[in-house]
Amino acid sequence: MHKLLFIAILTYCASQAFGQDVQIKSVNIKEIKERTKSTSDTIYIINFWATWCKPCVEEMPVIENIQESFKEIPVKVLLVSLDFENQVNSKLIPFIKKNYILNEVVVLNESNPNQWIPQVNESWSGAIPACWFIYRYKELFHEGQVTPDIIKHQLNSLLD
Amino acid sequence: MKTLFLSIILTGLLSPIFSQLKIGDKAPNFNLKNIDNSYVSLDKYRQEKGVVLVFTCNHCPYAKLYEDRLVVLDKEFKPKGFPVIALNPNNPVTYKEDSFDNMIVRAREKGFTFPYLVDNIGIYKKYGATKTPHIYLLKKEDNGFIVKYIGAIDDNPRDSENVSEKYLVNAINLLLQNKDPLVAETKAIGCSIKPY
Repeated sequence: MHKLLFIAILTYCASQAFGQDVQIKSVNIKEIKERTKSTSDTIYIINFWATWCKPCVEEMPVIENIQESFKEIPVKVLLVSLDFENQVNSKLIPFIKKNYILNEVVVLNESNPNQWIPQVNESWSGAIPACWFIYRYKELFHEGQVTPDIIKHQLNSLLD
Repeated sequence: MKTLFLSIILTGLLSPIFSQLKIGDKAPNFNLKNIDNSYVSLDKYRQEKGVVLVFTCNHCPYAKLYEDRLVVLDKEFKPKGFPVIALNPNNPVTYKEDSFDNMIVRAREKGFTFPYLVDNIGIYKKYGATKTPHIYLLKKEDNGFIVKYIGAIDDNPRDSENVSEKYLVNAINLLLQNKDPLVAETKAIGCSIKPY
C-alpha cells in the first residue's frame, strides 16, 4: 500500500515538474567556460546538439544515463542546444517534455561559428553532435556520437 | 629502422583524422549523378577559372539556411568563371528527406541554377568534408583544380541580412584578381554527414 502511495506521489511530482513551464536560458561560450571554472570537484560534460539532429537525438539516452552510471564522481551534464531561437518554444521545449530530459538544457547564443567553434576546441570541424569534457584545467573533446565506452574512457583520462 | 616502422604505423593510424585536403592540394575528380540523371564530373569544368564545391543536403537546417545564398552566389560567379556544384553525401536511409527524388523537388522549389549531385561513393571522404554545408573553393591551374579555400560561406548562418564577413565571396574575388584568399580556412557549424 505504502509502495503504491509512494509511486503515486512520485508520478504526481514528475508530472508537476514536467507540466511546469520549462525555462531555457540562452548562453554564450564564455559564460559556459566561466561556469565550468566555478567548481573544482565536478566534471562538466557539455553536449552540443539540436532537436533536428538525428544522431544527437539518438545518443540522448546515453547522455541522460551518464549521471546514473558515474555516481562516484560528481558529473554535471549541460545540454547546449543549437536549435534556433525562434524554435525554442515550438521544438525544443516540447522535445524536453516529451522525452523527459532531466539534464539542464541551455540554448547557444552565438552567431559567428568561425569565432566560437575554435573557442570550444581547435580540432572541432563544426559538425554536431559533439561533446566537450572539462575537469579543472583539463579539457577533452569528442566529435560525433558518443557511446558509454567513449564517455567512460574520456572521464577516466580526465581523472588520471 | 624501428623509427621508420613506427612512423609508418603512426601515419596509418593518424591518416583518417588528417585526411582532409589542405590548401594547395589537388582536388580529386569525381563523376556523379545529377538530379537530371546526367553525370557531372569535375574534369568537365576545365574551361572555367574554378569551381565552388559545396557538400550540402536537404534535411540539415544549416544547409537550408544557405540554399538561397548559394543560388545568388552561382548567379553572380558563374558568368565570372566560378560556377557552383552541390554534392549531397547523405544516405537517404538515415534521412528520407535526402533521397534522390527529394533532391529533385528541393532543387526545383529553391530554383537551383547549379548541379545537385548524389555522392553515394564517398567523394566527401576524399575531400575530408565532415558536415553540411561544407565549402571547397577550387581554382583551375595547369595541373588541375587546386584547393584554395575550405570552410564556411560567411560568418552568419542564421541571418543573411547581418553577415559581416563574406568569406567565400572575398576568396573568389581575390582568386579573380590572381591573388590567394586572405582567409583560406574557416570553421562552420553543420550537420554531420551520414554516408552510404
